[in-house]
Parts: sequence; structure tokens; C-alpha cells
Amino acid sequence: MLLEEVMIKDVITLSPTNTAKDALQTMQENKIRHLPIVESDGTVVGIVSDRDLKNIDPPTLIGGSDHDLSNSLLGDIMTPNPILGHPMDFVEEAAILFYEHKIGALPIVSTDKLVGIITETDLLYKYIELTGAHQPGSQIEVRVPNVPGILYEVSKVFHDHQTNVLSVLVYPDKENVANKIIVIRINSMNPLPLIQGLRQNGFEVLWPNVPGIDV
Amino acid sequence: MKKDAVFIYSEDQLNYSFSDTHPFNQKRIILTLDLLKKMQAITDEDIIRPRIATEEELLLAHDVKFIETVKKASKGELQENVGAIYGIGTEDTPIFPNMHEASALLVGGTLTAVDEVMNGRANYALNLGGGLHHGFHGKASGFCVYNDSSVAIKYLQQKYGARVLYIDTDAHHGDGVQWSFYDDPNVCTLSIHETGRYLFPGTGHITERGNGKGYGTSFNFPIDAFTEDESFLEVYRTSIKEVAEYFQPDVILTQNGADAHYFDPLTHLYGTMAIYNEIPRIAREIAEQYCEGRWIAVGGGGYDIWRVVPRAWAQIWLAMKKLPAPTGPLPADWLTSWQGESPVPLIPTWEDPDPLYEAIPRKKEITEKNAQMLNRALYIIRNEKINK
Repeated sequence: MLLEEVMIKDVITLSPTNTAKDALQTMQENKIRHLPIVESDGTVVGIVSDRDLKNIDPPTLIGGSDHDLSNSLLGDIMTPNPILGHPMDFVEEAAILFYEHKIGALPIVSTDKLVGIITETDLLYKYIELTGAHQPGSQIEVRVPNVPGILYEVSKVFHDHQTNVLSVLVYPDKENVANKIIVIRINSMNPLPLIQGLRQNGFEVLWPNVPGIDV
Repeated sequence: MKKDAVFIYSEDQLNYSFSDTHPFNQKRIILTLDLLKKMQAITDEDIIRPRIATEEELLLAHDVKFIETVKKASKGELQENVGAIYGIGTEDTPIFPNMHEASALLVGGTLTAVDEVMNGRANYALNLGGGLHHGFHGKASGFCVYNDSSVAIKYLQQKYGARVLYIDTDAHHGDGVQWSFYDDPNVCTLSIHETGRYLFPGTGHITERGNGKGYGTSFNFPIDAFTEDESFLEVYRTSIKEVAEYFQPDVILTQNGADAHYFDPLTHLYGTMAIYNEIPRIAREIAEQYCEGRWIAVGGGGYDIWRVVPRAWAQIWLAMKKLPAPTGPLPADWLTSWQGESPVPLIPTWEDPDPLYEAIPRKKEITEKNAQMLNRALYIIRNEKINK
């Protein structure tokens, strides 16, 4: 999945000559936490987060008057030259950027112009979608040996039962590195025939998977 | 004279049948009614036939295209693969002849129950054929075609202007009803269910609290797999009392799925008959305290139809008749009538055998986790109370 498929295209921005007060107001009105700072030609020169606003020298905010606050220019407060994404980056690559740089939002730039933004929250929701957990389904976990062709063997059982699969994820097995745990969400309230089918084919089904309790 | 309670039933309710092997089996209603008859707890005067819901009534909570599709499927006129986007013709909700009529009758039964209570002919009304809480506005899901509770709540709002508290103790999350009223501040939905980590439908997190004006009128209490009686009842008692006090409903609609029992094949909760004795009796107390007694109860899930559902559902009617929970042996003629047909030995007493299952290794942690969940889920209303 590419960033251009998931990014927010209607980006709210301010310029370096706007003030901290403008930024605070814009964030509150739009319920957002990040503002790309953009020159009039569309180039991104910085980013301001709600945390940057909180970090403005406290006396100017608390003790001082509105005058002091409105005097703080975003050009002075912003994080200059922020980390940027490209519309054709993979979502997975963006996720790594968020994780490694501990950032909350990624402005997306093409031919030097701002074309979108994606936030940590948007990205998290995409991951929820990948797991299939946003639509009605049951989850089954199968412990399998980590050998080629095993996914085919497992999915054959689903084919036999004409069951619609919502998502498939593969996790390492913490107990034994020679195994993998395949997590499958299916579009059915009654997974029993399928579980029986998997067991008949020699698979270890964890449903539910609660350490210390065998069913 | 005003009756204590009415029982909505006709044999046509059994027409809601996907196949002989499908887990959703309305024979449960016959087994329950027969048990009540054989203990002389119900007479023919207590029973009212359900009406069929009109299309206009179904439209209160359903999309016109969905209804049209169900009607076509009902007559066998639906082209292949068309039903899937409406959730019909799937493994969970296969197509069966006259499925529109059968589904509309279950909705009509709940509307009959509503009218009996709201017109003051009875304090309480029970429609065991209802409780199809997974039905969505435009889609069938999880064994449910039309959502009788969603239609009934809209009907209660439009015809009677009532504030409705919906309480769902089915082991699966009451998603269909929740999403139908997610934005509505005048309907409060409360669902206690096994966490969606493994179990269908997967939703029902405590953070699902409603949206916009309806924020704060959707409550979810996901309990862990292997939850036992005490922890279940603590969550039930505490949540229903605090939410009713906070929301101040005019009428209570309870969904009484009986699938949180240890024997139930589809879920992983470890309830016993003790929870089914208490669920309806506390519901009645709450209805008396906040709604001048107005209480409508519907059925729901329940997939051990022989050992669990008849005993569990009988308790709803007995609670409505203000009878104490019976103890000791079940009527002998009920046992002899049905044992031959049952694939498992029937439980001969009102109580479950003790112990019913081997002790759970992580009971303490499960209880603790549920208690923490309960506090987090109720934090929002407790906080508001303090700020007042």
C-alpha cells in the first residue's frame, strides 16, 4: 500500500510568519496536533507540533500577556527541515520512520510541494484494517512448523469449508523458533467446523490462545 | 386487568431456520415453553401471538435495498453472488425459503411485546424469538437477518417518545444495535460479552462509547475468556446499576443470549445457571426502580439448546412472574419427553452439577482484569458524578 492511497490530501498549514497563537487556535479548531509550515510557493520549511507550543519558554505563555505569545513566530519555534515522505513510499516504510524518529506526523512532498500528510493515528488505523479487526469476524490461531508450503496446507482447509478469510497474519512463536503462529480472521460466527477440519488435518489450533489454559 | 407478564409465541417463530445443522435453532423456544408448562408456570392466557412487522416498520432500522434483497432471496429469485454484499447466502446466514417473512415475524414479535408493555396491558413482555443483535442497517451478520431490537427501539422512540436502555448479556458483542444508535443520545446501549480478541464479532471495546451527541451513551464490558460466575455477576450488577442511574431510562429492553454458559460450544466463558437466575431478576429490579416496571425481554444466542437454554430462558419468565428461582429436580415429564431426542444427557436439576468443570488456573488474574476493565469502562460516569 502506498502513502498516496492513505494520506490526507486536504492539509491544513501555516506560514513561518504566523504566530504561536495562530497555531494554537488552528490546532484547537481543527482538532489536530501537527501543522506543516509552508512557504507561499508550497515548499515545506518546518513542522510545528502541539508539543512545540507547550515548550515555548514558559514565562512568555503563563506570566506574560497575549502580546508575548503572539510575538513568537512559527519560523522561530518550528522544527526546521522535518522528515518528509513521498507519495510513493510504502506504508511500512512510513511506519519505520515513525518508530525510529519518534515522530507524530509525516508531511508528504512531491516535486518540492506539499501534497499530503499522514499521522501516527492514521497509520495505526491502517494497521487495524490490515488485521481485519474492524469488521465482524472470529479469530483463529494455528501453530505450524516453519516450513515451505505450510500456508497452502492450512488455506486448503479454508477452501474445503468455503470460508471467507478477512485477513492473515504470521507471527513468530515465542515458545519455539521452529514454529510460526498463523492468525486468521474469518467472516463467520461459527468457526467450529473449520477448527475441527484443521485439527483433523493435524494442525494445532489455539482458540482461544490463553497461556496456561488448555481447552 | 393489567397482567404481570405476557409471553409472545407462535409455532411460526420456528420458521426462522437456516438448516438442520445450523447452530441457531429456534427449537429452544419450544423446549423452554414446554418446561414452563410442565411446571405449571404458564397458561394459555399468558401467551400472545406475534404479529409480522410491516415493511414500513423494518425501514425504521434497515436499508430499503437490503430488505428488497432479502425478499428476493426469500422467493428464490436472487441471482448467485448478489447476496454476499448484504451478508446473505453466506455460511452464517444462508438463504432459506420465506426468510423475509420468518425474519419479519421475529421483529413483529418484539413489536408486539413493546405494545403490550407501553399500552399498559402488561408490566413485562418476553419474546424469546427476538434478540437478533448482529443485524446491521444494510447487512445480515452472525445468524441475524433483521434486527428486532433496533427496529423496536426506533419504534419505542417514534410511537412512545421513550428513552430506551438496551442491555445485552449475550456472550457476543451486541454490535448491530450499538452501531444503529451510536450517535443517538436518547438510546443507551450496554453490552457485556467475551472480549473480541478471538470471538465474533471482534468489536465491543470499552473505548466504543458513542459518537457526537451520542458520546457517553454506549457502554461495553468485554470480559475475558474463562470468566466465571462471580466475576460475570460483579460486572453485570455494577454496570447495570450505575448506567441506569446515569441514563434514567423510561423503558428497559434486555437481550438474553444464553451462550455465556460453560457448555456453550461457540464461546469460552465459564458461566453456570447461577448467572441466568440473577440476570433477569436484577433487570426487573432496575425496571421497577427507574421505569415504573416497563421491561421488555428478548432471546438471542444460545447454542447448547438442550442442557442450557431451556433452564436459562425459563428463569426470565419466572422472574417476570415474580417467582423465586426454582431449585432441585426439573419436572420429570419434561425430562422424559425430550431425553430421547437430545444428543447429550439432559441436566436433571435446575442447578448445574457442582463442580461443573475443572478449576481454572488463572482465575485470580481473570477476575482482577475484569474488575479493572469495569472501572475503566465506568470511569466516565463516575467522574461526571464527582464533578456534579
